[in-house]
Amino acid sequence: MTFSPELEAKFAKMIQNYPAGRQKGALIPMLLFAQDEVGSMTPELLEEVSKRLKVKRVEIEEVIGYYTMLTREPRGQHHVQICTNVSCMLTGGEELYQHACKKLGIGNKQKTADGQFSLEEVECLGACSWAPAMLIDYDFHFNVTPEKLDGLIESLKKTQ
Amino acid sequence: MLLNEPHPLEVKVLTRRYKYPQQDPIWLEQYVADEGYDAIRKALTMQPEEIIDEVKKSSLRGRGGAGFPTGLKWSFVDRKSPKPKYIVVNGDEGEPGTCKDRIIMGHEPHRLIEGCLVAGRAIGSNRGWVYIRGEYREYIDIMDRAIQEAYDKGYLGDNVLGSGWAFHLSTHTGAGSYECGEESALLESLEGKRGNPRLKPPFPATSGAFQAPTIVNNVETYSAVPEIILKGGEWFAGLGTPRNGGTRLVCLSGHLNRPGVYEVPLGMNMMTLINEVGGGVWKGRKLKAVIPGGSSSPILRADECDIPADYDSLAKAGSMLGSGATVVLDETADIVKVLARLMAFYAHESCGWCIPCREGTTWLKKIMARLDEGVGTKRDIDMVDQLAQGMMGRTFCALGDAAAMPAMSYVRKFREEFEAKIQSAQVFMPAPQTQPLVVL
Repeated sequence: MTFSPELEAKFAKMIQNYPAGRQKGALIPMLLFAQDEVGSMTPELLEEVSKRLKVKRVEIEEVIGYYTMLTREPRGQHHVQICTNVSCMLTGGEELYQHACKKLGIGNKQKTADGQFSLEEVECLGACSWAPAMLIDYDFHFNVTPEKLDGLIESLKKTQ
Repeated sequence: MLLNEPHPLEVKVLTRRYKYPQQDPIWLEQYVADEGYDAIRKALTMQPEEIIDEVKKSSLRGRGGAGFPTGLKWSFVDRKSPKPKYIVVNGDEGEPGTCKDRIIMGHEPHRLIEGCLVAGRAIGSNRGWVYIRGEYREYIDIMDRAIQEAYDKGYLGDNVLGSGWAFHLSTHTGAGSYECGEESALLESLEGKRGNPRLKPPFPATSGAFQAPTIVNNVETYSAVPEIILKGGEWFAGLGTPRNGGTRLVCLSGHLNRPGVYEVPLGMNMMTLINEVGGGVWKGRKLKAVIPGGSSSPILRADECDIPADYDSLAKAGSMLGSGATVVLDETADIVKVLARLMAFYAHESCGWCIPCREGTTWLKKIMARLDEGVGTKRDIDMVDQLAQGMMGRTFCALGDAAAMPAMSYVRKFREEFEAKIQSAQVFMPAPQTQPLVVL
């Protein structure tokens, strides 16, 4: 399996950041960046990372089961994450999440039929002072209202 | 970017270079033009003990939550150890209510790099990592670019500013786990493992990353160090209250007119913080309660908030300064619902490593869901308190305490709201549908 030249260069540099013989340190960043390119934790991806870092498959499986951002299920082309933790909840985060469910016609960790969007209710995004907050892919959106959410979804639909 | 218009009561130290409303991060050229990297130049002329003494004099306490004295922590590292020594920055920032470290990483990345350099010099380290939560991809990219700039200009590398001392720094991303904000779990994650906490002792200063002596501090803590070296520990200490040196980035959120991240002296009165800096409670409503230091800190009723917001004053009031996150709840806030949401969070984030936390947080979540839905009983209210008492101090790391402390405080301080919710639900609850056991 090969990755894009940019990602290959990133990985080559990344491995040097850990002490000799301790390259397993690069495992979590490598999985996350590879997932962003491949879409999910495919068997081929795991095999490739296992080979590169000389770690057993079971060690990778342990890590995937633990970190919420690593997923075996392919997400939509755009992954919408809405925070409903305390600061967001106090300022309308739960209503925003319910609105997103209706707007997209899906529930938590589901994907639209056309594969364009997936939705996830997430824990604190670290954007509490600008709540309610959400992430679409890796882009933060602050002080989000249902109307603003609608606008973002529609503009992404148009760019497909 | 995210910083608010400056407030007259702010004291800008860590955010002093930021010129509102600057859009781009402060890159190397702008940083260097305003005393940037002067602190590491000065530190290179000092003995490691002198650097640590200066940090001790500053009364700088860990800004991640625990509030441990930073200089003392650094002094625990055995510089004569033949093992390499490491610097680790905790940029995981997952405590609900907390959003301050992103301000530093996103606006002034070189300040953090310089803080790491000074810390590295103090403990004789040649390598550091900035651990950043995976959701903060934008800030990982900004830190990476700033680190590359520092390498290109000789502030990082094999020969820092021609001193012959090598110091290397890189970012390391998490992938979604609140538990990785706990320093030993963070180190496990840095080594490519699940973020389960380690048994302490040994503490990281003795055996940390890759079993080598390591100091782990929060982004804000390292970022205060350049100013301490430049202007002196006593100057920094003088900005706060005794034993609570310096300024603090506070994240104001919740029911406020002007939420945001502000830099204020440690010890500013909490009501001043809410009413002046934060613009007061929104919609003309009254204050009901404050979560003063992130979701794990015990809640304060409105009548308990006329106190200085520093480590010691809040501890005396039965709460904690924690991460400096101040969440304001107005008179309409549903306390039961807030606690139910928080217990769901802690149950989700428990790593499952130890039974009191794994089972306790899940149990608390279930009871609180019952109470919030109006199908709980008065016995459930007592059970929340008893269960939290049973968890307190008996879990492998502080996550169990982080769940137990708010649980106990909410129930004890707002018991009438829990009881009222049960009673109001009973009034409107339809009679249960019953089926005969035997259909004839």
